[in-house]
Amino acid sequence: MKTNFRTYYLYLLLFFLAGVIIIPLYVSVMGGFKHTGELRTNSLGLPIDWKFENYTSLLINSDFWLFLWNSTVYAVGTTFFVVLFASMTAFVFAHVKFAANKFLYNYFLLGLMFPFATAILPLFLRVRDFGLLGTSWAVIIPQIAFGLGFSIILFRGFFRQMPKEIFEAAVCDGCSYTQFYFRFTLPLSTPILATVSVITLTGSWNNYLLPLIMINDESLYSWPMGIMVFRGEYFTDWGKILAYVSLTLVPAVVFFFALQKYIVAGLTGGAVKE
Amino acid sequence: MRSAKFDALLSRYYTIIIFLIPALTIFTLFVVLPIGEAAYYSFFRWNGYGAPEKFVGLKNYEFLFKNRVFIMSLKNNFYIIAISLFVQLPFALLIALMISDKLRGAAFFRTVFFLPFILAEIVTALIWAYIYDGNYGLVAAIWGFFGAEAPFVLGDKDWALVAILIVIFWKFFGIHMMIYIAGLQAISKEVLEAAKVDGAGPITTAFRIKIPMLIPTIKLSVFLSLLGSLQLFDIIMPLTGGGPSNVTHSMVSYLYYFGVMRMKVGFGSAVGVVIFLICLFIAIGYQRTLMRDDNENKF
Repeated sequence: MKTNFRTYYLYLLLFFLAGVIIIPLYVSVMGGFKHTGELRTNSLGLPIDWKFENYTSLLINSDFWLFLWNSTVYAVGTTFFVVLFASMTAFVFAHVKFAANKFLYNYFLLGLMFPFATAILPLFLRVRDFGLLGTSWAVIIPQIAFGLGFSIILFRGFFRQMPKEIFEAAVCDGCSYTQFYFRFTLPLSTPILATVSVITLTGSWNNYLLPLIMINDESLYSWPMGIMVFRGEYFTDWGKILAYVSLTLVPAVVFFFALQKYIVAGLTGGAVKE
Repeated sequence: MRSAKFDALLSRYYTIIIFLIPALTIFTLFVVLPIGEAAYYSFFRWNGYGAPEKFVGLKNYEFLFKNRVFIMSLKNNFYIIAISLFVQLPFALLIALMISDKLRGAAFFRTVFFLPFILAEIVTALIWAYIYDGNYGLVAAIWGFFGAEAPFVLGDKDWALVAILIVIFWKFFGIHMMIYIAGLQAISKEVLEAAKVDGAGPITTAFRIKIPMLIPTIKLSVFLSLLGSLQLFDIIMPLTGGGPSNVTHSMVSYLYYFGVMRMKVGFGSAVGVVIFLICLFIAIGYQRTLMRDDNENKF
């Protein structure tokens, strides 16, 4: 049986690969329950002597929660404005005829090619000169700016696929563009709203470089900055570090399973399969 | 008397202005202008205070291309791109072809392979910093099993970059696999049925039908991979921070250490401009094929 033979090797490869993915995650979560001594002797197995202290000491650590809260503020603030501004802009590009339409759309598209790193230093100076350093806006505003381009593309693509008849009928009935946007476009666009929100949220939540540049004040640190500081403090106390890693890993995995569809849709150009 | 037509026209201009202004303002101030400013500042020696006055012409660039560490970072970015394009993407395509068929457990494998992508890069790198730790990690356990003294790969000049490349592979092959699977699902069932009726086996179908029809998808993933590779930063920081002896910097981590941390605005901007020019070069090459569809304004 040639087919069975082939399937056998295929599964062997796939399970091996799955192991390569899962084992590092598994040892990290388990490592958080181990003493330093045990990490040395027993890195693969279940903990022999479960040590919950690594986890509990973090859960009662106010900095841990503060950093998570800061990141939440950055993520929610960024997402709200990206969704609002990008959908408004895309609405105009999709529905309103005017001379500079194509030009302005390309202007935003061009922004996609601009690597964030190029702008770091001037961006920092601008934020400083606007007096935003030391506030959450120092992170939120640049993130909005760099999130607009891709979101506008996704929204515009979606809005243009909406049936034109609704739009024409509504305008004939004396509905203004603004009314149409709020009453029809937004309520009919939940899949794309979800996709853009999910991409923007995760992008902001995981962002490291931008807060690193903009934030000096420890009370405004994002959690990736917090985890790096923590690493610096407990350099080889891996039990503690792995507990921190695992505590941020679990929400990410839950979030992913809940919203997988939208994450994938966003990355493959906004085609949401219902 | 204002006519209805006039009202509609007014409403249109009103909408255009109100709806476009927030995005245009923020985008211009915080994306477009900073890029231009980076180009301008790169001709100065400046610490960011006062106005840039010390014009140095192309000195910053001259220094950059004579700097051993920067050349190394450029090379590292090149290796990252090469591994991504010639190892990671073909592998992702192979896996996508294997599990998009009616394989039992396909959904499970897809989810598992995609999992690393959703982790923050910082977290991914910390996990691997542990794995690679010669005293505690998995590498230590595996070497210990064979009775050997475990190496500290991240502290080894010859192996640190390889270790980083493995992490990049681990983290990103799943997203490319997912992009390919989405592309494969878009291929019409009738074409595949017809091929089957004509007696084409799975390998013939893959090479004659699936891969040719995936070309636009492959181009997209190559593009994403190129731009992502050029901007790599987060993964490097927890693993090596550019060390040992500055051999594992990417261009962005170089920019961070030698431009941002020392507030050398002019010099750092020059690094940024080099990154920008490489991206631009790639993007121009891709513009026609990638954005063709989107540039047609069909009203």
